Amino acid sequence: MMWSKKHILDMESLSVEEITAILDTADGLKEISQRTIKKVPTLRGKTVVLFFHEPSTRTRVSFDIAAKRLSADAISISASSSSLVKGETLVDTARNLEAMKPDVIVIRHSSAGTPFLLSQKVSTPIINAGDGMHAHPSQALLDMMTVREVKGRLNGLRLAIVGDISHSRVARSNIIGFSKMGAEVRLAAPPTMMPTGIESFGVTVTYDFDEAIDGADVIMMLRIQKERQRNFLFPTEREYSRRYGLTLERLKKAQPDVTIMHPGPLNRGVEISPDAADSVGSAILDQVTNGVALRMALLYLVAGGMRNADDH
Amino acid sequence: MRMIIKGGHVVDPGRIDAVADILIENGRIADIKFPGKENSASNSPSSIDSCADLEKQVDRVINAKGLYVVPGLIDMHVHLRDPGQEYKETIETGIQAAAAGGFTAVCCMPNTRPVNDNRQTTEYIINTAKRLQSVKVYPVAAISRDSKGLELSEFGELFDAGAVAVSDDGLPVSDAQLMRRALEYAKGVGILVISHCEEPSLSHGVMNEGLTATRLGLAGIPNAAESVMVMRDIALSELTASPVHVAHVSTRESVRAIREAKGRGVLVTAETAPHYFTLTDEAVGFYNTNAKMNPPLRSVEDREAIIEGLADGTIDVIATDHAPHSVLEKDLEFDAAANGIIGLETALPLGLRLMEERGLSFELLIRKMSKNPAKILGISNDITVGAAVDFTLIDPARIHTYRVEDGFSKSRNSPFDGWEFKGAAICTVIDGRVVFES
Ligand SMILES: [Zn+2]
Repeated sequence: MMWSKKHILDMESLSVEEITAILDTADGLKEISQRTIKKVPTLRGKTVVLFFHEPSTRTRVSFDIAAKRLSADAISISASSSSLVKGETLVDTARNLEAMKPDVIVIRHSSAGTPFLLSQKVSTPIINAGDGMHAHPSQALLDMMTVREVKGRLNGLRLAIVGDISHSRVARSNIIGFSKMGAEVRLAAPPTMMPTGIESFGVTVTYDFDEAIDGADVIMMLRIQKERQRNFLFPTEREYSRRYGLTLERLKKAQPDVTIMHPGPLNRGVEISPDAADSVGSAILDQVTNGVALRMALLYLVAGGMRNADDH
Repeated sequence: MRMIIKGGHVVDPGRIDAVADILIENGRIADIKFPGKENSASNSPSSIDSCADLEKQVDRVINAKGLYVVPGLIDMHVHLRDPGQEYKETIETGIQAAAAGGFTAVCCMPNTRPVNDNRQTTEYIINTAKRLQSVKVYPVAAISRDSKGLELSEFGELFDAGAVAVSDDGLPVSDAQLMRRALEYAKGVGILVISHCEEPSLSHGVMNEGLTATRLGLAGIPNAAESVMVMRDIALSELTASPVHVAHVSTRESVRAIREAKGRGVLVTAETAPHYFTLTDEAVGFYNTNAKMNPPLRSVEDREAIIEGLADGTIDVIATDHAPHSVLEKDLEFDAAANGIIGLETALPLGLRLMEERGLSFELLIRKMSKNPAKILGISNDITVGAAVDFTLIDPARIHTYRVEDGFSKSRNSPFDGWEFKGAAICTVIDGRVVFES
């Protein structure tokens, strides 16, 4: 297909065909990372701004490596290191970024919707690298890439997502992405971590972990953030891990060839036991590897690799 | 200064619903004549009948044929931002917007800089408005010093200076004991207490808690954040036998609680704003900060309950909560954007739209926008000979498109830009003078 989408903002705005095209492109680019010289000249002369308003090492590094493997110039701007961000309005930030004449802006922001608002103000393609509790499309896409690689398909698979669904952009994007591709999604969390109206996304909601992973082909565990304890979402990590922590014992409920995923960083011993994290079905490190290929695909597509010339 | 408002359909709910000519002399109604009837309402020498060519002797004849003539609309909840944030609005621009919207009086909330918790600020507002000789401005002073919720402000002094009510609007009175004492003390002064009902520990969000918030990944504010405080204030009003007016009701639970309390005889009155009976949280769309306000836009069920509450008398008043903000506060990330929208120039059209859509009477709308706020504030606005009454002339048939750019308010934060309306205020008469006409 001819790529015509300008921005990658969320999973809602990507069609099944576009998701497939991204995953196919990523599969093709993955090989580059296995070469001795891990670099192709595809995006030579292109500039990618990595604008990280919220601290993030993993995603930023992943985008950075992806850009470099395609020979693009990647420039990181972070909230802590830059006068560009402090006390500046969104409009000014947008204008400043635009003035650098980048070919792609990758943005991570603590406020939901900021990549969308930015896309209204600049003419540069925007890739959302995570906004508040809203969306994290590159994470969902790399998760889908990883599952497709292991299982050979997405359609008809049973996916269980377990943890703080409410505060998770990863969960939202995966719910929408996997459902769109025909997977059956079940969610498990204490009611305090289940967002209002999530059933209407076409998912099954349960408070019972075992029920959610019963017969699951894929289990995705979400990171529990300690600061949530202050908002009374759960009593203690100890209690949380007993009720919602993934262990080898619990895994028996799932399909024998179940794939275990986690967006990282892991809280070993809290949402996932060390032996479950390191078990044969664990695809956690594949996720990281695929993250680079997937982000290369996104940069390649939006920076003009296959873009229709008359699309703006 | 003499003026005749001629041939209009005069609606003074519960009192007049007929075509009449109104003669105004020096700001007072000198005569009312109902064409077709033998006598005018007055026997004074300047009665309309007594002088056939009176029309030639007056300074102004307003042809009101085809128009409604109603006692001036009163908006008991606006933010004029003056003193302190004049870049958003001034008393002057605010009352121009009010006059254009058909309002003849507004009550301005105390969250100015400084907070209106003192005689000087109250007097500054009153004197500035008086000098402008236009829409009347009734200041609402703060319940607590600096609206900090720690100690009572001087209700007596503020009342003497001209404040008509007290409220910490923008902020809730968290301390129940302070609210209890405010209600008790206000009873002795004879000043109204207006409550911004919000339980802060439940309201750490930026929009209504619901499907739209879930879709957008925005933190939600549940209905209970409002209704638990409404219920508390009803209990405190009951305890103190002191009236409380609930500002900007947005939830069905609040409507139900107020309805039940009124049935029991509790001295509670309530207002809602046009956006709560017009929009739902879906208006946030893709992070539209002009749909961000506090309380937030709610669900369809809530909107329906608000409309029901207006129809059955549970909600007494429509007030705008006119809250001007500049692009500095609104052209931001949704989380960071300020709460509030402007409303003075769209309230009446939205009210007329509601009445038409739901088959409610025009008279009901005038109760909500004029008679009930007057009664709650202790202002008399009966259209009767001898009374000093302000008037709003409304053309119910005028088709117009609201363009926020063309508005009188200094700010542009409205979700109704580009909406087409039927019906508008076309003339505003205050103290016997036309202050706005279109
Ligand atoms: Zn308020």
